[in-house]
Amino acid sequence: MEPRKSTNPVNADQGVVLRLDGIIKTFPGVKALDNVRLELHAGEVTALIGENGAGKSTVVKTLTGIYQPEGGQILLDGMAISFSTPQDAADAGVTAIHQETVLFDELSVAENVFIGHAPKGRFGLIDTKLMIEKTAQILESIGAKISAGAKLKDLGIASRHLVAIARALSVDARVVIMDEPTAALSQTEIEELYELVETLKAQGKAILFISHKFDEIFRIADRYTVFRDGQFVGEGKMANVEEADLVQMMVGRAVDQLFPKRRAEIGEEVLTVAEYSHPTEFENISFSLRRGEILGFYGLVGAGRSEFMQSLIGITRPSKGKVSIDGRVSVIRSPAAAVEAGIVYVPEDRGRQGTILDMPIFQNVTLPSLKKTSRDGFIRLAEEFALAREYTERLDLRAASLDTHVGALSGGNQQKVVIAKWLATKPRVIILDEPTKGIDIGSKAAVHDFMSELAAQGLSVIMVSSEIPEILGMSDRVIVMREGRMVAELQDDALSPETLVRHAVGINVEGGLA
Amino acid sequence: MSALKSREAILFGAILALTTVIATRFPGFVTPTNLVSVFTDTSPLMILAMGQMVVILTRCIDLSVAANLALTGMVCAMINVAMPGLPMVVILVVALILGAALGAINGILVWKLSIPPIVVTLGTMTIFRGIIFLLTEGKWINAHEMSPHFTGFPRNEILGMPVLGWIGIIVALIMMVVMARSTMGRAIYAVGGNPHAAVYTGIDVGKTQFYAFVISGTLAGLTGYLWVARYSVAYVDIAGGFELDVVAACVIGGVSIAGGAGTVFGTLLGALFLGVVKNALPVVDISPFWQLAISGAAIIVAVAFNAKSGRSKGRVILKSAEHAQ
Repeated sequence: MEPRKSTNPVNADQGVVLRLDGIIKTFPGVKALDNVRLELHAGEVTALIGENGAGKSTVVKTLTGIYQPEGGQILLDGMAISFSTPQDAADAGVTAIHQETVLFDELSVAENVFIGHAPKGRFGLIDTKLMIEKTAQILESIGAKISAGAKLKDLGIASRHLVAIARALSVDARVVIMDEPTAALSQTEIEELYELVETLKAQGKAILFISHKFDEIFRIADRYTVFRDGQFVGEGKMANVEEADLVQMMVGRAVDQLFPKRRAEIGEEVLTVAEYSHPTEFENISFSLRRGEILGFYGLVGAGRSEFMQSLIGITRPSKGKVSIDGRVSVIRSPAAAVEAGIVYVPEDRGRQGTILDMPIFQNVTLPSLKKTSRDGFIRLAEEFALAREYTERLDLRAASLDTHVGALSGGNQQKVVIAKWLATKPRVIILDEPTKGIDIGSKAAVHDFMSELAAQGLSVIMVSSEIPEILGMSDRVIVMREGRMVAELQDDALSPETLVRHAVGINVEGGLA
Repeated sequence: MSALKSREAILFGAILALTTVIATRFPGFVTPTNLVSVFTDTSPLMILAMGQMVVILTRCIDLSVAANLALTGMVCAMINVAMPGLPMVVILVVALILGAALGAINGILVWKLSIPPIVVTLGTMTIFRGIIFLLTEGKWINAHEMSPHFTGFPRNEILGMPVLGWIGIIVALIMMVVMARSTMGRAIYAVGGNPHAAVYTGIDVGKTQFYAFVISGTLAGLTGYLWVARYSVAYVDIAGGFELDVVAACVIGGVSIAGGAGTVFGTLLGALFLGVVKNALPVVDISPFWQLAISGAAIIVAVAFNAKSGRSKGRVILKSAEHAQ
């Protein structure tokens, strides 16, 4: 079966409430949406499926008036419209329940539901009584047993979620967008959400459901649309599709980018991690890492990879587990101890966690190695400068002088400062978290090249990445994590886009749902 | 760095201009003797402001400095009354240690209990003053109860300047070296500049803030003795409200209230500016109430200036502009 290009022309136009046609949205260096289409039908749930970075969130933002597309059109009941503000989208009856619901703790449920569009009474004042009545109606219609007058901060997570849904429905919604609505919910709360989705369907609302979890897509969606790298790849009815086809559509690309992976000499074991666990974030992570090896960590966003890495370098405490370096047990209780032990972590959010913008380049570079360039707590400026110069030159960092503030550098150069900073500590193991996220193709190649070079020099690299080509192209071995657990360790022939995605979304290799 | 330098230049220019204007109406103000006396008079503010600067750099604030000063000063005076023969060195050591201990209380509460610094120091500010009252039942210790060497020490002149002024200079030199050359100074800037990045770098943010409070407390303790000795009186309310002048000196001196940016030199200039305003206005016969208005205006101008220099720092997108900066 070849599900590409709308295989179901049957009643294609019947019941279509909202249609996106040829939408284009670009960001500097990236085409986030490239000529995509999407149809939402009254009384049906359409699942939007795609890898991280496929353009799902961008579509949501386009539909809710946060982004304006550069090309294509949005048709509501067959009429072209444009949403230049979120208010326009709300007025047209398009409403979204976001991944992270934004609510106000100190306000009441009714105030939260009607914030921004509260019913007005005499003199333009808020008609509190009417607001509470309407809120109570909405809450009843979704079967929520919450008092409209309760303070939001007194509610649990599940109830808050219902308030967020009530808020979405308070604008007389025709199209409801749910972006990963079950991500933060427990199993019973998820069941309640499914019931709510059924209720909304029965009310004739068109629902766009975005989820990574195949089991729930098959459970509640009527239709699917698949995006890949910002492009539309297929759509159809859930009844006519198999998991394998969806996986194929999600990843079905040739690994066409060039990866300068050189086979480094893989040496002895450097790092061994045994049964590393955290009370709420991950459990039983065990692996070993060899000299000169690049170990990939793949998983969906939120699989617990970054959380595990942060625990490994001592930012959070594990509940149990053991780390050995060169066969000796190592106790890492703080990032300083990790640096001492030779493990460094280059965080994903380099703007927030990487550099200190108000400091000059040389001070940023030497910050974690200051002990080496100082005696009795006082810095030897000449040694400090020499260290900074050595590593900025190694990374080919071009700046007028090392006195330049990092804040005045371009993003690519700031990235070099971060990497120079960590290499200057002469680590054994370097952890790179999403090393190429948000940078253009040219810089990506440079980062990959550099990573290979580090491995060739005998450094052990852990690369956390959500990009399949990068994982396949760079890693000697890959660990897949899902929901805080290691679900697979793959190498050589076992490594393929399909196996990675199957493990990451939780379909076991035989084809059934895990 | 260049923005800071130019800000310091502007402030230095403002102080010069102010002095010149006053000199045209009252030439006596700019005689060396008077300038030395203005500097000496401003020394306590300078010392406290340098401590406060360290705390503000780490994204905290220390409102308890004046109360710490009053409590340490009172304890020094009481020790002097009880044991008039004690050498000066012992008194100074007591002042430094007690000040540091009071600062450490603030630091521990901020570090270990993660209470917001403004709340902690607002609390300890009241507690410290309360302790003075408990120690003295509100009684004053006056000049005639203190021994001459106790009150005389800060006023002894060396090379034409009282010891008080010299202590201000020595503290400034030490602080300049510590902030520019020590690993702790570097950590203080890093914690204020980007606490998240500092954590990943292996710097303990809470501990660094603790040290900042200890530095601030130590300097407040030192100033406590100097203040009591110089004015030859100790009571519950000495230096009441002075913490606001101290914060003002930092802000005028270009210390960013958001942390991470500011220099010892700028802070000194900020304190000197307030010192000149305070000393000059009575001389040219302007009501001291104007002093408050001028200090207030200077704070607003300084903060507006900080905000502006922060805003103008946009992204460098043009390749050609990258090296120009």
